[in-house]
Parts: sequence; C-alpha cells; structure tokens
Amino acid sequence: MLKRVLLGLVVGCGLTAVHAEEPKLGGVVNAVIQPEPPGLMLAMVQNGPTQMVSGNIFEGLLRYSPKLEPLPGLAESWTISPDAKVYTFKLKPGVTWHDGKPFTSADVLFSIEMLKQTHARARNNLVMVEKVEAPDDLTVVFTLKEPFGPFIGIFEVGSMPMVPKHLYDGTDYKTNPNNNTPVGTGPFMFKEWQKGSFIRLVKNPNYHEKGKPYLDEIYWQIIPDAAARSVAFETGKVDVLPGGSIENFDVPRVSKLPGACVTGAGWEFFSPISWLWLNNRNPILANKKVRQAIMYAVDRDFAKDVIWNGLGKVATGPSVSTIKFYSDDVPKYAYDPAKAKALLKEAGYKGEKIRMLPLAYGETWQRWGEAVKQNLQDVGMNIETIATDVPGGNQKIMEWDYDIAFTYLYQYGDPALGVSRNYITSAIAKGQLFNNVEGYSNPEVDKLFADGATAPTDAKRKEAYDKVQKILAEDVPVAWLLELQFPTITKCKVKNLITTGIGVNDGFRDAWLDK
Amino acid sequence: MLSFIAQRLVKGVIVLLAIIVLNFFLIRLAPGDPAVVMAGEAGASDQIFVAQLREKFGLDRPLPEQLLIYVKGIASLDLGFSFRQQAPVARLIAERLPATLLLTLTAFAISLGLGILFGVLAARFAGTVLDTAITVLALVFYATPLFWIALIAILLFSVWADWLPSFGYETVGAGYVGLRHALDVGAHLVMPAATLGLFFMATYTRMTRASMLEVKRLDFVKTARAKGLRDGVILRRHVLRNALLPVVTLAGVHAGTLVGGAVLTETVFAWPGIGRLMYDALIQRDYNLLLGVFVVSSAMVLIFNLVTDLVYRLVDPRIEFSA
Repeated sequence: MLKRVLLGLVVGCGLTAVHAEEPKLGGVVNAVIQPEPPGLMLAMVQNGPTQMVSGNIFEGLLRYSPKLEPLPGLAESWTISPDAKVYTFKLKPGVTWHDGKPFTSADVLFSIEMLKQTHARARNNLVMVEKVEAPDDLTVVFTLKEPFGPFIGIFEVGSMPMVPKHLYDGTDYKTNPNNNTPVGTGPFMFKEWQKGSFIRLVKNPNYHEKGKPYLDEIYWQIIPDAAARSVAFETGKVDVLPGGSIENFDVPRVSKLPGACVTGAGWEFFSPISWLWLNNRNPILANKKVRQAIMYAVDRDFAKDVIWNGLGKVATGPSVSTIKFYSDDVPKYAYDPAKAKALLKEAGYKGEKIRMLPLAYGETWQRWGEAVKQNLQDVGMNIETIATDVPGGNQKIMEWDYDIAFTYLYQYGDPALGVSRNYITSAIAKGQLFNNVEGYSNPEVDKLFADGATAPTDAKRKEAYDKVQKILAEDVPVAWLLELQFPTITKCKVKNLITTGIGVNDGFRDAWLDK
Repeated sequence: MLSFIAQRLVKGVIVLLAIIVLNFFLIRLAPGDPAVVMAGEAGASDQIFVAQLREKFGLDRPLPEQLLIYVKGIASLDLGFSFRQQAPVARLIAERLPATLLLTLTAFAISLGLGILFGVLAARFAGTVLDTAITVLALVFYATPLFWIALIAILLFSVWADWLPSFGYETVGAGYVGLRHALDVGAHLVMPAATLGLFFMATYTRMTRASMLEVKRLDFVKTARAKGLRDGVILRRHVLRNALLPVVTLAGVHAGTLVGGAVLTETVFAWPGIGRLMYDALIQRDYNLLLGVFVVSSAMVLIFNLVTDLVYRLVDPRIEFSA
C-alpha cells in the first residue's frame, strides 16, 4: 500500500519539479522535534533531537551526498596526499560566526581539542590523527599516524561540529553560558527556547552562501504525544515530521493526507540497522547453531510488512546496503522454522529459559518484541520477556545482564566508523553501550576490520570487508533484523528539504516554501 | 488560629524533610542513571564519556554525601542544578508552574462549581428525568479514561470542526499581546481544562448528590420545614451547608495533587507544565529535577491540607482548631 502512495507522490511532486522552480524567499516552517533535546550545544550533547535542531546552527568542514561522497562545507576544497596520510583542507573565506567574528583555522584547531574531551565519537574518530596544523588562517592540515580509510567521512556537522574559539577557549565547557544560546556559522541562528513548547531559529542574514537560507524562521514544536503529533500535521499546524515523529502504524494514513509528501531519503549516512543482541557469554547462545537457529526462526519479512508497515529492508548481515563496502555475497537466512528446530536439536537445547529485553521506544518496538517472542517460542525456545524503561534496559545491556536484547544502531557511512565497534575484541568493555556487548571475539574478524580501516586503497578495503561480512553472517554474533527506514513526512509546499545523506540533520539551508 | 497555623507549618517542614530523604533513596532504587541515559541517546559511549557524565552529575560520590549536599541545598532554598537541562531546577520549575496552575486551577474551579451545581440539582429533583440524566452522565465521565476523552475531543473539535487548537499553550509565533493573547491562551486552555475537569466534576456531582440526600432526611431539616421556611432557604442554608463537608474534604485532597497530577492531560495536549517536566525527568533519571518537582508538589499538598482545614471552619463554624 505504501509503495502505491510513494509512487503517487513521485508523480505528484515530479510534476512541479519539471518546471524547475526558482526558490521563493521568506516564510516560516514548523517542524516537530521529539523528544525535547536536553541542550543545543552540539559539541557537548549528541543525541538525535539535538543534532536535528543544531545542524541548522552549527556546521562541519564537509557535507555528504546521498552516496556519501564528501561535499564542500566550511572547507571549500581538500587534498589527500598520495600516501593517504596528509589531509589538507582549504577553508572558505569570508565565513563569520553568528556574533560577527570571523571563522578561521584557529577555530578548527580549537574545536578538535575541545571535541576530544567532550564528544565520544569524535574522540574515537580522531585516534589516528598524529597532529593538526594551521599554516595560515584558511588552511588546516591533518597528519595521520597511518592511512585511515574512513577519515574523509568524519567531518559531518554531528560528528565534528565547529565551535567558536573566542567564546569557549579557557572556559569551563560544561558551564559556559553560550551552551544555552549556541553560536555557530550555520544558516540559522538561535533565537529562543520556551522549554516544553518550542525552539525558535531565525535566518542568518550574513550566511556565507549568498542568497541562502530562503526561510525566515523555523519553529521546532515540542509535542510529547505521538497521536497529537500526527493531529498537528493533519490540522496544518506543523509542516515537517522528521523520521520517527509518529508511530509507524500511523505513517500510511498520514502519508495519504492531501498535501503530504513522503521521502525515505536522508538516512544514508546513519543507515540505522536493528538487531537482537545475543549474549555470547550465555552457554546456550555461545553455540553458533543456536544463534543461526534464531536467524531462521525470526520471521523478518512479517516484521517488515506488518509491524513496520512495509518500511525498511530485511538485513543480510552486519552492514546496511546503503553504506560503503556493503556486500550481499554472504550466507542468507530465510524464514525457516523447521530448520531452526533442527539446529536447536543438534545444539542440544532443552528448553532452558532465555531472557529477552524489548526496546522501550514505543508501540512499534513493543509489538516487535511480542512477535519475535512468538517466533522463538514456535521453534521451542523458552523466552521470558523482561519489561523495563530505557535507562533500566541500557544499564542491563551495558552490564551484560541479558540474554537477548533488541537494539538499533547507526553506521555512520563507513564500516570502520559504525560497524566494526560491535564485533571487534578490543570493543568489549563492560559499563559502556553500543560496543561489543555481546562478547563476540574472533581474531580473524579483528584482523580483517583492522585491515579494512587502514588499507590505503578502496579496492584493498573492499577485499577485507567482503571477507569479514561473510564470516560474520556465518557466525551470527548478533541476529540482524531490519535496515530501518524512518520516512520524513512534509507538507508538499516545503521544497528541497532533504539534499544530503544526513537528511534533516543537515539543516534547512536549501529548503524553501512554495506559498 | 495563628498558633494553629504556626504549629502546622512546623510539622509540615518535618514531614517535608522526611519526604525528601525518602524520595532521594526511592529514586536511586530505579536501575540506570543519567549518565546511562545520555550515553544511550548520544549513540556512542566510552569509559571517559560515562565517567565524565557521572562526575558532572556528582554520581561518583558516596550516596550519603550526595544526600547531605542535597539537603543542605534545600535548607538554603536551593533546589540544585539540572545538569541535563543546564539550568537551575528552581528556574525550570518556576517556568512551568504558571502553565500547570492555570490548567489545574481552571479545571478545579470548573469541576467544583459545576459538580456542586449538578449535585444539588440532582438531589433537588431526585428520581426525576433530570436526576437520571445527571447521574448517568456523571457515571460515564467518571468511568471513561481521561486520555480517551482527550483524543476524542481533539478529533471532534480540532480535526473535524477546527474550532480549537489541538496542542500547546499559545499560538507559537503569532506574537499576540494583551487581550488577544489572553483569548489565544484561553482557546488553548478549553480542551485540556475541560478534559481534566470532567472527571473531577463527575466525582463532586455524585458526592454532593449523595450527601444532600442524606442530610435531607435528618431531623433539623424536618424542623426547618415545620417552621415554615421556604424550600430554597432550607436547601441552601440547612442542607447544602452541611452536605458540603465531605465534598470539601475530597476537594482538599484533589487540590493537593494540582501540581503534579496532570501528566496525562499535559502530554496529550502538549501543555508545557510541571507534569510533563516530572515525567521527562523520570525517564531521563534527572535526579535533581525530579526531586525538585517532588519537593514543590509535596509542599503544595501540605499547604492545601492546611487551607482545607481552614475552609472547614468557614463552612462549619462548629469545627474548632487544634493541631
């Protein structure tokens, strides 16, 4: 059904695109933000809603196309040395912070030092950097310890936002008053935040890309109830529902409303993938055959069609099909309960109890938990569901106190940034989330991921990642479920909103309103 | 009377202290802490990140020390700092309190006024069609879940009729001032206040009706009637006045929950009040903020209990004060 809707929209929106309209100036866009972000200082807070709002205020050195090729951002050009160890960025001249001070290479150097202290992902991404230098005001040179393939992919605004040195240098980052009134270089400036109601951004009149942005203001409305969010869209009070704003079962209905446009684009960089964390330390789940049996037992097509309303794609292995070096030449697991039963029997499973943690992210996940439980019970597994809220669930997972747990993670465009962290031995660390909490350890996998990250050419990288995907799909350290899709629903009058691989998070710099 | 109030205030402070200590430990019994939540939301975590957060929240110190710091803060009327929201707890609460009070006091006034009115009418015309109609309606509103009424109201009045705004406290970005602003807030207030008020109204209606019928049978009412007083006077001065006492008791209990009791209504209607603040703080394990809301709402309960006692005296002068 959704396919039909999407097709209709392609035709509908396509007609207007034919005229290649000139962007119109002015207008106010209302978008939904859910949940309310804890803060907007992107260098200090990295949760999803913060990135979505602050992507308008702050900018990174680069942006990324839907195919994840680097695009100019605050850096207008860049060169990579032949030995793949020296990256030279030329900054765009004439860029100013919202308070009027010029943006220079000193800000870049400072941002990197600050992010190393405050931004867990940036800290890890920068591990390979030996030194960063600024020969002049508009040049920044990164020298790496050794070639690091994904390095060109770490400069997006959420991964490495640029911070104004003149406001943060020498202050206590945690209590800097500018955290509440963030100052960036982006197309929109922070104006006001009424806690519990809305966040208001206004056009940056001195934005470095002449003529942009087109919109005058953005209101990010805070509406805590999912049903109320779809009503707000329905009654025209809100123009943009970013992915995940409304419950999945509401997506087909809202998509069909008059004047609604839907797109699944803009998630290529994050490429969320859901899976069941299987605690490999549990003696039953330590057996590869049991893990494979789970892959056969779970009806993932059913989950996609019924629970996710046809959104998403059945995952084939550790990588999502939209990120670099994805390979589908791996062992596949179609829904086959008979095979699952046989494997369980071979493994000598006798109905020992297995504890399962669903994800407390709302109705869709709740139902998915029930469906998977049913699937596993059908092949004779004894599953006990543990109910918990998000903090409770997170704590159980990071302390390895679970048997099976639902999750979904971002892949950040490159296997070395978003995939390897879940499978390599060095990422086993109790008390942390989103690393190798399942406790899988395979020296061959470790080596291949290391090779993939540091090989000097993409061909060499691909070789390593092809192999590692095959091994992992055979070993099933975790049970992959779906490549998730969070469609962005907008009023069709909002044009040109999603232009890059990070979607709404890249800000409304190109968006305009057809009044 | 003044000494009564003073004594009650002293007792109140002791109770409040006990509540704070109890809540402090109760909250920490829940698994997970703010660092876990924030690491989860950021989609990445390493040892340094979680440790930094713990230090920032003061969670790396022993529990008794944390308690001591907190109680000391409260004693100097400092509710602490919400590290998650980067703002003093007192300010966060103060920002949200007016919206909640506006919502709950309106709902309270509607429910008490209409509840007593309908209760009196039902009792006055007991056994007639009017009585049956009121009783049935009251029962329906009493038994229907609040969130369902809220959703149906949104569907009817926002989506279909387009008369009332479906969410929020005011029209964002409209920039109304003065009377126009008041009307705008009023329009936003109608549905949440009515939804919240209906349930309590049903309670008061039933309570008033039952209580009236009971008092009506008592001897002094017969006496009044024998004296030849008019029906209206008997109903107002003899019956209602005596029948109100249990209603006041109930209203006093409800008034205590005015601050924290509207989580559901505030969520469905995106009303920026304390209820949601409390719920978010719970989900995010924002200890200081959650405790702050508890302290404020407990203080409200204590104050309203005191007010209720004073109102008793107004309604029935025979009641004497003793602490």
